[in-house]
Amino acid sequence: MRRVRYLPWLYTAPALFFLALFLVYPSLDTFRRSFYGPNSETFVGAVNYRYAFTAQEMLVAFRNNALWLVLFTTFTVAGGLVIAVLVDKVKYEPLAKSLIFLPQAISFVGAGVIWRFVYDYNPDVGLLNAILTALFPNADPVGWLVNSNMATYALIVTGIWMWTGFAMTILSAAVKDVPEEITEAARMDGANAWQIFWRITVPIISSTIAVVTTTMIINVLKVFDLVYVMTAGRYDTNVIANQMYKELYINQRNGRASAIAVILLALIVPVMMVNIRRFQIQEARR
Amino acid sequence: MRRLSRFLSRFPLHVVVVTITLIWTTPSLGVFINSFRSPQAMKTSGWWTALVNPFDFTRWTIENYATVLATEGLARSFRNSLFITIPATLFPILIAAFAAYAFAWMEFPGRQVIFSVVVGLLVVPLQMTFVPVFAMFNRLGITGTFIAIWAAHIGYGLPFSIYLLRNFFGSLHREVFESAWLDGASYFDAFRYLALPLSVPSLASLAIFQFLWVWNDLLVALIYLGGTPSVAPLTVRVANLVNSLGADWHLLPAAAFISMILPIIVFFSMQRYFVRGIMAGSVKG
Repeated sequence: MRRVRYLPWLYTAPALFFLALFLVYPSLDTFRRSFYGPNSETFVGAVNYRYAFTAQEMLVAFRNNALWLVLFTTFTVAGGLVIAVLVDKVKYEPLAKSLIFLPQAISFVGAGVIWRFVYDYNPDVGLLNAILTALFPNADPVGWLVNSNMATYALIVTGIWMWTGFAMTILSAAVKDVPEEITEAARMDGANAWQIFWRITVPIISSTIAVVTTTMIINVLKVFDLVYVMTAGRYDTNVIANQMYKELYINQRNGRASAIAVILLALIVPVMMVNIRRFQIQEARR
Repeated sequence: MRRLSRFLSRFPLHVVVVTITLIWTTPSLGVFINSFRSPQAMKTSGWWTALVNPFDFTRWTIENYATVLATEGLARSFRNSLFITIPATLFPILIAAFAAYAFAWMEFPGRQVIFSVVVGLLVVPLQMTFVPVFAMFNRLGITGTFIAIWAAHIGYGLPFSIYLLRNFFGSLHREVFESAWLDGASYFDAFRYLALPLSVPSLASLAIFQFLWVWNDLLVALIYLGGTPSVAPLTVRVANLVNSLGADWHLLPAAAFISMILPIIVFFSMQRYFVRGIMAGSVKG
């Protein structure tokens, strides 16, 4: 093999330039700025972090991200798994899977518009209130997106609608890889579908379930678009990423925005460790 | 008889699967139907009432599409989206391909360390970069220009592209490259005539993933392009319409579908690559 010493650097230079300029340097600088004031000029110590952990709007955001984390992750992964197992048994599986996966193709903005028409207050426009008033003629329509007790859940349902297809597709591939001899043998021994699912399918695909779960957790920590489009963070629907956007862009407080970004990073790092370890295991196997 | 009993025993399964599929399809279908109804009809009756007499063509209209394209600036936003997305898809992949090839097939000091850093960058939330990059763009006076958003998307798209292509190039057989080098092929020849052609499926999946990622992106465009209508892509424009239309909200379904038409076409025409790209994208931060 001929060796040209400068050649590898020639090949990697453009990439390293953009990575340094748009990811490495800004990340380090954001960390520094999180200890400075709104214009990144005066050192303020931990003031921004105190704000981030005590301000009312941040506490609401943390609570909502926690709600997203539990509900969104549980329902997308469990729902995706159940659907993957069910459609595996029918002939029109490809069609059903395509239709459930389709929301992955569209933007959060598009999904936001679609679901505003599900949640609309007017029963002549909103599907959910039309169903509600048809079933219970005496009931009042519900303001799904403007009622503070309801709005975050309404947003989470939209998120679940978008991402269940993703979980389903990955899990479906894993379900199909479960050796048929094993499930067949279990069936011969008298196991029913429920037992086969819990005692055989789930344990065998557990590593895939873990992959899907970490992906969903990363998604959920960064959730922004849906909230921005559907409620703009009003009605107690604020989330961490939306507050960061507000501080940076609307309030123009660089220090606070940076501190929120650092907190977001800190929340994501543990999940990142899992991802990188998985990557290394995968590399070692090759 | 056996077929009948088999059908009856599986009947609940079909009910469940069909119901789930319908639940998943109905919200989009409703808005799609609404986009072809007159403003008056949309405001006084639900889209489901239009299903009673679907072949009464006097009920359908493309007026909403004509209006949003002409008066609400959707046609311009569509062009902006294309103008942003195409370079923001091609450049990161091109730059990443060179780097990934070097990481896979060239020996150089620090190769493993640098590649580990690239993998680590995969999951850095973009929020970590907004404040300094926004300040940098402001200093350079390019906030609100296509150059700013192209550059940002190149940077943000690289870790994933390098990661994916490095894995793919690395899985090609060593002998293929070594015999080519023995025959006097240069590194560039091997890149151009071996590595790239052999990875067309991976490149296609990656291109589709990156294209959709940029096309559907709201946050990056919102921050670096701001509200300037002349450069706003569809996501920003439609998000603004949601808040600004007021009494003209009947235009939203048509606007939303204009923003979705290209991803939906890509989805149905290249479903295999599409799914592969999205699956691989599960590691993108």
